[in-house]
Amino acid sequence: MADMSLEKVKMPEQDPETRIRNFNEVALGYTEEMAVKESHRCLNCKTRPCVAGCPVNVQIPEFIRLVSEGDFERAYEKIKETNNLPAICGRVCPQESQCEKFCVRGKKGEPVGIGRLERFVADWYMANGDMDIQPVPKNGKKVAVIGSGPAGLTCAADLAKKGYEVTIFEAFHVPGGVLMYGIPEFRLPKVLVQKEIDTVRKLGVNIMTNMVIGKVLSLEDLRNEGYEAIFIGSGAGLPNFMGIPGENLNGVYSANEFLTRVNLMKAYKYPEYDTPVSVAESVAVVGGGNVAMDAARCAKRLGAKNVYIVYRRSEAEMPARLEEVHHAKEEGIIFKLLTNPVRIVGTDDGWVRAMECVEMELGEPDASGRRKPVPKPGSEHLLDVGTVIIAIGQSPNPLIKSTTPGLETQSWGGIITEEETGATSLDGVYAGGDAVTGAATVILAMGAGKRAAAAIDEYLGSK
Amino acid sequence: MYKIVRKEVLNPAVKLLEVEAPYVARKAEPGQFIILRISEEGERIPLTIADYDREKGTVTIIFQEVGKTTSMLGMLEEGDCILDFAGPLGKASHLEGVRKAVVIGGGLGTAIAYPQAKKLHELGAEVDVITGFRNSGLILLSKELKQVSSRLFITTDDGSNGNKGFVTDVLKKLLEEGNRYDLAIAIGPLIMMKMVSLLTKEYGIKTVVSMNPVMIDGTGMCGGCRVTVGGKVKFACVDGPDFDGHEVDFDEAIRRQAMYRAQEKRSMEEHVCRLGGVRNG
Repeated sequence: MADMSLEKVKMPEQDPETRIRNFNEVALGYTEEMAVKESHRCLNCKTRPCVAGCPVNVQIPEFIRLVSEGDFERAYEKIKETNNLPAICGRVCPQESQCEKFCVRGKKGEPVGIGRLERFVADWYMANGDMDIQPVPKNGKKVAVIGSGPAGLTCAADLAKKGYEVTIFEAFHVPGGVLMYGIPEFRLPKVLVQKEIDTVRKLGVNIMTNMVIGKVLSLEDLRNEGYEAIFIGSGAGLPNFMGIPGENLNGVYSANEFLTRVNLMKAYKYPEYDTPVSVAESVAVVGGGNVAMDAARCAKRLGAKNVYIVYRRSEAEMPARLEEVHHAKEEGIIFKLLTNPVRIVGTDDGWVRAMECVEMELGEPDASGRRKPVPKPGSEHLLDVGTVIIAIGQSPNPLIKSTTPGLETQSWGGIITEEETGATSLDGVYAGGDAVTGAATVILAMGAGKRAAAAIDEYLGSK
Repeated sequence: MYKIVRKEVLNPAVKLLEVEAPYVARKAEPGQFIILRISEEGERIPLTIADYDREKGTVTIIFQEVGKTTSMLGMLEEGDCILDFAGPLGKASHLEGVRKAVVIGGGLGTAIAYPQAKKLHELGAEVDVITGFRNSGLILLSKELKQVSSRLFITTDDGSNGNKGFVTDVLKKLLEEGNRYDLAIAIGPLIMMKMVSLLTKEYGIKTVVSMNPVMIDGTGMCGGCRVTVGGKVKFACVDGPDFDGHEVDFDEAIRRQAMYRAQEKRSMEEHVCRLGGVRNG
């Protein structure tokens, strides 16, 4: 008989006062008892609406039933049938708009904590399971994967499981893409990303770092080296700026730069690590997405007293996950909503001194369906800050596009693909993830990597 | 890991390393750069490619020991390895079709100016080279530059090589004497590139400068290397590092270069302290 309590079993967290002084993970995960208790809330419905909500089709009721039986090892194997990176998904997936959104239990009370259970199972297995994987015999066909973020890792792992000889080319010195440079340690510990990547390596996937495709090798070079199919998962690495005066002052960062310094280069451990980052007493983060929340929470942990989120619409339109907004508020981040920067003001020697903002009000709905913010005349005011972080989105990196004749892209840079397969305008070349959609989520990128792997298998199988 | 196959000490502060990096060597062109990292805790720093050998699969870098990373790099010997070495990054210089050029190198910039002079020479251009150093003990690559130039002028700030002055003094004299060039290339400290650009602008000589701002990834991802060129924001790593010297906002670039000066100093001091500890220990 299912446990009919209306709320999820709570997951322990570091309390806000403590966690703003460290970079350790905020959410601490379920114990075995908590996980089993939560698993009993699942009704194991026949219609399985949750599975349809998952971009990689995790067999949710099945794995939860195994958790309820205390068989965590088989629960892990069940998840791994379709998801190559469960410890990551259990942490950063927006479950509230995917699997949990469709959970029957959510109609009255909270849905089953599917994400929390997935995380528990993955963590349990990393601690107790046998991480040895036997690679499948090779079929002699080579596939190149560009980028080692969630899309590339998923595509590579799925193809390796089918016997393809897969090489991932990564531009940075470590694999992981946005999982390493973008998402902070306190949301996604890097040791864990490393372990998930190790499992992909154990499948026989070769990862070459420091390889900037488009520069060191072109797609044509890859073909000449014998790669019969290519998957582009190069992400959305090009930071957008606002184009307002003062954006080149010292102390203005793109969120990409700020987060890369902090996460990938570990500037939060400076001077033990050599890469510095500069955070003033007051910091403004412009934008309302998850990246903005991450940047704001990093700034707080780096010692900033006042951290502002400056967002031109209202909280209802914020693209960030509710959980992230909630965590940010708990940590004392100050939300300046319906506020838009018009210029950044500098000191005589060129450092940020303040940001001039204007108040906004919501007008008619725009193309995105959200009410369009319009400035209130005469509402200009100065926000005293010494650091400004621009987190208003990223576009796909143009390096590959600009060196690959015939690869068709949208006007904003996204690679044009066939949705179901990821096939691009070039024969044998597939793409997926943020390089196609613009900045989106880890799980959508994984879904695209998965579909492309299936399409590549079909393409090469018929060759 | 990228093995160092040759090391040379060019002057007390400037060293040359030839590094095994076959993929980079295959594609490298003058004007491009690499990004390296030497330890797990290390930062990523950009260095311009000074030379390359496609057959041997090596890339040569020349650097001045100005901070912690470059000092540690200078301590590596032949046979040691560099942890990470990514490139070639940035756009290659456009040198085709130039008939007469003047290449100007200031200090370490001379090392970066050399491959450009060499390439121009190989393409059949007549090349005048002007280099400037603080004193005669710091002079770099004079033998190599002599081979690829029609005329080589070497100046020193203190006159210790018998030719006191700045590179701009020599350039001004050449221009006043009626020498004309299709292209001027200036590589060195920002202030030197600014002064050269101001001078060549008077004479309407197209001038290319090589920018070397703070950057992390070198692939257009961080935007830390923003440079204003002709009123537009450019990323030096992907749009450059070569830009039209008459369009670059040098004053902004000089300001941005100072962004991490305090931290750079601190890293260097702690680095020197630790070294002292080891040596005395």
